[in-house]
Amino acid sequence: MKQPYGTRSLIGPLAVAFAITATIGREAAAQTIAITGGTVFPVSGPRIEHGTVVMSAGTIVAVGANIAPPPGATVIDATGKWVTPGLIHANANAGGGVAGLFAYSEQSKQGEVNPSFNMAEGIDPAAITIPIARTGGITTGILTPNGSFLPGVAIAIDFAGDRSEQMIARSPAALMLDLTDNSKGAGGGARAGTLTRIRKLFKDALEYDRRRAEFKRGATQEWSAPAAELEGLLPALRGTVPVFVNANRRIDIENALKLGREYHLKLILGGAIEGWQIAAAIAAANVPVVMEPNRDIPSFDGLGARLDNVTLLREAGVKIAIAQGDPGGERSLRYAAGNAVRNGVSWDDALRSVTLWPAEAFGLAQYGALAPGKVANVVIWSGDPFEFSSAAERVFIRGREASLRTRENELRDRYRTLPPAR
Amino acid sequence: MTRWQWCVATVGMALSTAGPAAAQATEQFKDTLSFDRPQYPSSYRRRTNPPVVIRNATIMTATGAELKNATIVLQDGKIVSVGETGSSPAGAQVIDGTGKFVTPGIIDTHSHMGVYSAPGSAAEQDGNEATNPVTAEVWAEHSIWPHDPQIPLAIAGGVTVAQILPGSANLIGGRSAVIRLVPARTVQEMKYPGAAYGVKMACGENPKRVYQNRGPSTRMGNMAGYRAAFIQAEQYRVRWDKWLKDRKGEPPARDLRMETLAGVLRGEISVQNHCYRADEMAQMLDLAQEFGFKIRSFHHGVEAYKIADLLAKAGTAASVWSDWGGFKMEAYDEVLENLALITQAGARGVLHTDSPDGIQRMNQDAAKAMYAGIRAGIPITRDQALRWITANPAWVLSIDQQTGTLETGKTADVVLWSGDPFSVYSKAEKVWNDGWLVFDRLDKSRQYKTDFNLGQTDPGVGR
Repeated sequence: MKQPYGTRSLIGPLAVAFAITATIGREAAAQTIAITGGTVFPVSGPRIEHGTVVMSAGTIVAVGANIAPPPGATVIDATGKWVTPGLIHANANAGGGVAGLFAYSEQSKQGEVNPSFNMAEGIDPAAITIPIARTGGITTGILTPNGSFLPGVAIAIDFAGDRSEQMIARSPAALMLDLTDNSKGAGGGARAGTLTRIRKLFKDALEYDRRRAEFKRGATQEWSAPAAELEGLLPALRGTVPVFVNANRRIDIENALKLGREYHLKLILGGAIEGWQIAAAIAAANVPVVMEPNRDIPSFDGLGARLDNVTLLREAGVKIAIAQGDPGGERSLRYAAGNAVRNGVSWDDALRSVTLWPAEAFGLAQYGALAPGKVANVVIWSGDPFEFSSAAERVFIRGREASLRTRENELRDRYRTLPPAR
Repeated sequence: MTRWQWCVATVGMALSTAGPAAAQATEQFKDTLSFDRPQYPSSYRRRTNPPVVIRNATIMTATGAELKNATIVLQDGKIVSVGETGSSPAGAQVIDGTGKFVTPGIIDTHSHMGVYSAPGSAAEQDGNEATNPVTAEVWAEHSIWPHDPQIPLAIAGGVTVAQILPGSANLIGGRSAVIRLVPARTVQEMKYPGAAYGVKMACGENPKRVYQNRGPSTRMGNMAGYRAAFIQAEQYRVRWDKWLKDRKGEPPARDLRMETLAGVLRGEISVQNHCYRADEMAQMLDLAQEFGFKIRSFHHGVEAYKIADLLAKAGTAASVWSDWGGFKMEAYDEVLENLALITQAGARGVLHTDSPDGIQRMNQDAAKAMYAGIRAGIPITRDQALRWITANPAWVLSIDQQTGTLETGKTADVVLWSGDPFSVYSKAEKVWNDGWLVFDRLDKSRQYKTDFNLGQTDPGVGR
């Protein structure tokens, strides 16, 4: 089924590398929508009972308690409903593949040193996982590459659009770096070896940047990676793109923080199973953490796994972005947030951890809150978004309503009666 | 019942309760051959504590009733009353259950705890004897490590009983073990006394991938492999049954692989069949018919909703997830309403996990599946959803006469929840396994740590 998100613009692939938000207004219809009567959770401010959210041309134009819908606006009565920003999943698959189904994954490139790898052109706007993600109230995903210690760059996409380049919200959104057990092999079987390699790559990239002219003349030494890959490291080394470091063991987290200090990196931590042991240091470095709140099974990558890790990090002042990694798919992100509450996090913080905080971490300044000027990604829920009894009833992406019909629905409806009619 | 059958089918139950009986048994079998002797009997013993009275709670019985402001009394490992307001037994621990919920202990039909233990090192990959497509001779209990640190985490989720299965690399992967989740030094101290063995079978992608170089490498190759094994088992069974009748002459050669499959043909060992696709499940039902056995439950039946009528007719349960899918081709057609549609068609639905994460929150998955059904207009009741994780898995493991519901006289496998178990915010607060308080969220001393946990890990569940 075609998504109701139309396309008229022709943006070249080059534009992908830059902020795309400028095109949103042009793409969205000039339609104005006012959602009225619901309990509005702006996230950037306190909840508003019987609030109104007005969006126009892909942008939120007004949020408040006493706002009359503009003349000509389509009014949607959300009385008794909950209205939140679209959820942002900080470790997503939808569009970039199906986790585990290799034939349908675009998130992993062969080879070890791939900082230039950007999966943007591999995104399939027709992927069945995209509407499924929307049914979980997820409007934006950070797609993360994997498969080596420097697997490429993460990109942020909105889960609507007919062409992948339209879907991009930010690219690159982060440089991925893996310091978990998985990366020991890259260092000859030892963590310290991997770190040595990373430092050499960083040093070479900076030197390459200074000596481009000589490089072109062939008057430089052998580099630790091809020029294109060294280029791929530079945005992170210049601090314009954050480095999303997966690290679970305490020493890996400490090493990540150390690398951050040495190279003046803007860090995001991922995993952080033993983060609670050095929560104060993570908070002091002002590093946000992308994590699954239920990871409590000990491994040698994180013997200190515990269910209240998310709570202890939060209590230390760390900003959390909740991710959902089990095969139930990312639509369950909202339940992961609910589980963070179950494990001790406040409800308001849990909502921030799937909206505002991932937006801040990945440089999505116009996302994660309901406030004038923000991208109009809005969800109307039947009730508490974290509860199993609730559902996302209507989802708006860049100001337009997105379909919640999934392939699963087609299958279900065929087999409602057995044997099926046809 | 022949002596041989008695031995294989019930020796565990007969010898499980007391040490002296085991000693007698050794004497009794002094001059016998191995097949007449005890076969790895359970040494599980119930632990005791004072009687327990929970008052003013919402009691979800899994028998159709949800009793408000009700009382349940546990004594000597049994449920002695449900819903009545009788007097407390002397010395009882009385718990105010205001605002809290009580359910039966949760049962998972599909776990690999102990055979794929944390911390997940290569040294602990003990679940797949992937050396031959048919390894009916291996028993999961001979791999299970009682100190798998995943076990206390499952206990904290309200799980009291689990079936531990071999993996799915093989067409026929070996025997399962039904265990109580209690602290133990040996697997036999966990093994559920008297529970029948299951045998793990697997359809589809896994066996044909694992054996692609030697075969089977196709689904038709899989089918031929099951059939060849059962044809052999049929002959083995006939040969043994004939000898056992009068025990004259030399006994036939003992073959552990065939012994398990003959147990299936005799109806003593249940078939637990990993099978995703609807068409393959139908093939397996035909296979079962060819050899005259029943498949007790399909597992991972992602497409069970497509043939729920056939499952109902065959009396075969479907153990499934709430929302897992898409992670491989045979899981591509997942729907959230699977359990609801299975139940609507009159088949027996079971929520299973196959996951040391999922097993910690089976109540949540039941809730997901229940509300998905309700949203789609399939009228699933709270009781039906609770049965997906209690009474129905008990049936799959043939222990439903003892556990899986809250009824007078049944085993005191009971969970006290902080709130509605179908809410994301609720936690198992207290868990009684066979009447013994095995977990208390409010009391650190009642939070079991395995040997592996000691001195290096803290599950951090105590909030």
